[in-house]
Amino acid sequence: MNDTIKHLSELLASGQASSVELCQEFLARIARHNPKFNAFISIDPDLTLAEARTADTRRANGNAGVLTGVPVAHKDIFCTEGWLTTCGSRMLSNFVAPYDAHVIEQFKAAGMPCLGKTNMDEFAMGSSNETSFYGPVKNPWDTDRVPGGSSGGSAAAVAARLTPAATGTDTGGSIRQPAALTGITGLKPTYGVVSRYGMIAFASSLDQGGPMARTAEDCALLLNVMAGFDARDSTSLERAKEDYGRDLMKPLTGLKIGLPREFFGEGLTGDTAKAVEAAIARYRSLGAETVEVGLPNSSLSVAAYYVLAPAEASSNLSRFDGVRYGYRTPEYTDLLDMYEKSRAEGFGAEVKRRIMIGTYVLSHGYYDAYYIQAQKLRRLIADDFAAAFRQCDVILGPTAPTTAFRIGEKADDPVQMYLSDIYTIAVNLAGLPGMSLPCGFDAQGLPIGMQLIGNYFDEARMLNVAHQYQLATDWHTKAPAL
Amino acid sequence: MSLSIDDVKRIARLARIRVSEAEALDYQDKLNGIFGLIEAMQAVDTAGVTPMAHGQEVFQRLREDRAFEPDRREAFQAVAPQVEAGLYLVPKVIE
Repeated sequence: MNDTIKHLSELLASGQASSVELCQEFLARIARHNPKFNAFISIDPDLTLAEARTADTRRANGNAGVLTGVPVAHKDIFCTEGWLTTCGSRMLSNFVAPYDAHVIEQFKAAGMPCLGKTNMDEFAMGSSNETSFYGPVKNPWDTDRVPGGSSGGSAAAVAARLTPAATGTDTGGSIRQPAALTGITGLKPTYGVVSRYGMIAFASSLDQGGPMARTAEDCALLLNVMAGFDARDSTSLERAKEDYGRDLMKPLTGLKIGLPREFFGEGLTGDTAKAVEAAIARYRSLGAETVEVGLPNSSLSVAAYYVLAPAEASSNLSRFDGVRYGYRTPEYTDLLDMYEKSRAEGFGAEVKRRIMIGTYVLSHGYYDAYYIQAQKLRRLIADDFAAAFRQCDVILGPTAPTTAFRIGEKADDPVQMYLSDIYTIAVNLAGLPGMSLPCGFDAQGLPIGMQLIGNYFDEARMLNVAHQYQLATDWHTKAPAL
Repeated sequence: MSLSIDDVKRIARLARIRVSEAEALDYQDKLNGIFGLIEAMQAVDTAGVTPMAHGQEVFQRLREDRAFEPDRREAFQAVAPQVEAGLYLVPKVIE
């Protein structure tokens, strides 16, 4: 069960295992351990095994691809035909998706069975997975602690080896921060590389889907499946297909790693700072050089983000009105009453707060002071990265300021919760690719993640840098005792 | 900047979210905390900076003006709260 998808694909290719056998084994693990972690919202063994049988037939007929038959779990934000797709919300608690997201189509085309739909913060708004209508996810390393969010179910499921890999989405850190807090590897691609079609929208100019797995090598294999142009997403980029694993084995000699001085200051706790420093030393021993870079405007990224993301969310979530799909309040007197009650009852507190912030900053008289000012800061933040990448090939720093915090610790203090994403948000604002990989443990045995940030479309190099580290270290092989 | 309780109620009305008096007080407290964080933005001089909407300089693609999507009305209406004869039902709005 500690197998990578790379290894599982080899077992399938050599006939040592069938997809049905793999899926049965993971489904049994989910049935046994998921009640402790609440990592899944929906499990449907009949659907999973039907897909596994199709994959086995395909392999028997000689039509298998590299990953045909390898199971994967999907964040419950991706519309999956025939599966309940809730986005972690009461609003969509009755929504069986009538179509597949582009990402799901790609996994189906690759012949990868769906093991289930993973828990998440409601509408991907959260950094702890506590805002889910389906209850919080528990961190497999310590079930009193959060797994991070919003892709907390995917992260916990991969960490606990309930699935070999999972999909996530990242608007302000929602793949990288939970990957760090659960000791797995997760990647957010360059904005526009993975289609947003059928991925329930939070903040459209920032949302991006990506893989979560044990290793960088697995993330490369998964990104090969997920990436691709799709005309149904107007921001999908028309680019030639590439093999994201092509540079994995390149030596790091001469690689220039940028270390942003703003990421190593106050606020970084002792153990995280030490683990990241040790990773830097390891990179030097692998032949990389380090150079200090500046991201002076990154300190404003959280402020700008909490204007832009809620503004876009308030617009995107206006579609949930109890008319075409989703929750409708049982009793109402007129149309306005139906709208207001359906939305009040269907959305949770954090989602409503963000809709209200967005509504306010977009309202008459405030647009320039908030939305336009935030978009200008976004430009300054992106310009900082452009200047940094003139001095280095890849940027390295911590993924999150702390390791996993206790369930309830920040639940009633939105501002403290938002600061969990202080190192990840700037990457979304700039539209750059970023990833998190494990680089140690703190004194309490909780995983620590480091973040790599690449230049636009430099995923293959970023994965090379991560893979070389994982060849030299074994943090990514550590799994929690269940 | 600080939101009054009336501001909160006005925003909730614009957002079509029903709030009780007690909820309005809680929103006022939390939203003001969040705006405290956001206000840090105002200290930066951004005169002459072009607002940025996307990481890439992309342009809206154009396509031929014809229907590409198949008609799947039944499947899409199957998930609606209330439909009749292919129509979505809502409370009467015109007397």
